[in-house]
Amino acid sequence: MTSAAPGATRAVPEEPALRRLLRATEIDTRMLGMIGALALIWVGFNVYTQVQTGESLFLTPRNLWNLSVQTSSIAVMATGMVLVIVMRHIDLSVGSIIGFVSTIIGVAQVRFLPIYLGLDNPAIWIIAVVIALAIGAAIGAFHGSLVAYLGIPAFIVTLGAQLFWRGAAWWVTTGATIAPLDDRFALMGGGPHGSIGATASWALCALACAVIVFGIYAQRQRRARFRFPQRPIWAEYLIGVVGCLVVAGATMIVNAYAWPERVAAAYAEANHIPVPEGGLFISTGYAIPVLIALVIGVAMTFVARRTRFGRYIYATGGNPEAAELAGINTKRITVLVFALMGLLAAVAACIDSARLDSATNVLGQLDELYTIAAAVIGGTSLAGGVGTIYGAIIGALVIQSLQSGMVLLGFDSAFQQMVVGVVLVGAVGLDTFYRRRTAKG
Amino acid sequence: MDAQTRTPLVEMKDISLAFGGLKAVDDASIDLYPGEVMGLLGHNGAGKSCLIKVLSGAYKRDSGHIYINGEEATINNPRDAKHYGIETIYQQLALADNVDAASNLYLGRELLTRWGTLDDASMEAEARKVMGRLNPNFRRFKEPVTALSGGQRQSVAIARAIHFNARILIMDEPTAALGPAETAQVGELIKQLKSEGIGIFLISHDIHDVFDLADRVTVMKNGQIVGAGRVQDMTKDEVLGMIILGKCPPGAIPGPGAMAS
Repeated sequence: MTSAAPGATRAVPEEPALRRLLRATEIDTRMLGMIGALALIWVGFNVYTQVQTGESLFLTPRNLWNLSVQTSSIAVMATGMVLVIVMRHIDLSVGSIIGFVSTIIGVAQVRFLPIYLGLDNPAIWIIAVVIALAIGAAIGAFHGSLVAYLGIPAFIVTLGAQLFWRGAAWWVTTGATIAPLDDRFALMGGGPHGSIGATASWALCALACAVIVFGIYAQRQRRARFRFPQRPIWAEYLIGVVGCLVVAGATMIVNAYAWPERVAAAYAEANHIPVPEGGLFISTGYAIPVLIALVIGVAMTFVARRTRFGRYIYATGGNPEAAELAGINTKRITVLVFALMGLLAAVAACIDSARLDSATNVLGQLDELYTIAAAVIGGTSLAGGVGTIYGAIIGALVIQSLQSGMVLLGFDSAFQQMVVGVVLVGAVGLDTFYRRRTAKG
Repeated sequence: MDAQTRTPLVEMKDISLAFGGLKAVDDASIDLYPGEVMGLLGHNGAGKSCLIKVLSGAYKRDSGHIYINGEEATINNPRDAKHYGIETIYQQLALADNVDAASNLYLGRELLTRWGTLDDASMEAEARKVMGRLNPNFRRFKEPVTALSGGQRQSVAIARAIHFNARILIMDEPTAALGPAETAQVGELIKQLKSEGIGIFLISHDIHDVFDLADRVTVMKNGQIVGAGRVQDMTKDEVLGMIILGKCPPGAIPGPGAMAS
């Protein structure tokens, strides 16, 4: 591949520039394809709205900011679904877990905890979140043990669980919607107050750039220590610069989105700030749910790539028998993967119910399908063993972009579902075709 | 008969294993001494792979005992077996196809950094060293092993078995996927491991292979032991008779599966 064979340096100039770039940077071509598709969708919708309404509505800070918030819940779950599918399982229950856990959150915050802690106690939302996460993980672990130790197919276990937990969600509140929730808890859902503002966003941007640069440097050092072949130095610079530019660009966009006028005016009045001509401009910055999704994305990538647990997940997905013979306790890994999935569904439940500022038993309906679709569009193979966390996050972004674009254009919801369905099948079809071709040579 | 006075490295006694009503292994006993190659012969379905999978922990026996160095061993899963220094090269290679050679080499025994994360760089460096000794032409360290040829995959599987100070090596049809040159290489390797005092079970249906490499052979038929004996005390024809007819020649010690003469 990148080994510096003596002939390679001479052959390089004849190689097409693009291929040389891909080889030197070791960038996954599938990821480039997905990003290309995403760009196509974004530009397409933008042009479409311009033609239809005379105004570009899609590529605006406001829409992109909304898109980021709307994607976060599915993105969080998709990172776990990748690992479930890599293990050759499936989880159809995550949408219902969201419904069940959110009603628990509501009951805990509004009916149960205030009795003991008093209304508006700052500990309430923290305890509610901890309860939610514990319940989500426990539900997942239970599904996982049925799959691992009783040998019931995951499809059946989680199909049954989908019905069970949706029904259980109704029983918790006998169908009632609980609202409003704790103010501090609602920050997890985003909105002007649930965002971190311009200064903190730039600070985060600087931190992310520092991590990118340090990561590249550290990896180069490590490879040098073992005298492994290195990427050419210009490729390292290119990756570093592109990475930092992407982070800076995203930060500029979220900072360009101002608080809605009314919210800003109310804030000005409350803090006795004079409102200047043309309204007060307060940058929204990154929304908290987006930050949660990003942190989880990084953490899950770390788990998948750099821990034994992650290595075992991939090895088991690639060849379960070989993994077992190598001494891996695949049953335990299965339980843990489902528990992790349940935990992430609980995180998604927190984000969703905080965003709606209410807890209801119908929350998260069909989310399991969007989550699976996100993972699969992101390159996860249902045959097992193959899939990446970043791919699933991009997949979630693709699906959400399609949906919110169609909402912007005022398409029927029936039509929206049809389009998402076609895109799912089309994306997997293209991918299968591509894989077969590369496998042949 | 110097071998008989020493403690066997492995002694499997009266092992039985059934799948439903089918007795795959029926009261079989077999032993192995340090630095010895024991050939295990028999038709497909004679029970040789099943017997050996009991030792490697892949199957759980219904009855019988296993002694390692004279002490009773508890082997209920592959982890237990590895704990006793038993390493296996399986017929179907048992590699995780979607991860690279270094990850396969260390599967289940990963090297970790100070922070408990995977130390891929060290694993790759070790893998380069080991593979350099075993198969100097091996270069594709970064690719999933599914992209490798049969011989290359075989060398990864062998490297995995011998890299962790195995005392007992089980080779289930180690040359089935290989060409003549690679088969010869495996033969050399077996001789080298033998000289290091490792005991080897060599399972094969190729009688010539076994006669070239083994010190003793044990023949199985229908899940039972037909007999066991030293290679120099028997002819190939006699061993063939054991495999096909279950007829135990005078040079071998008859087992429960021997045809009544």
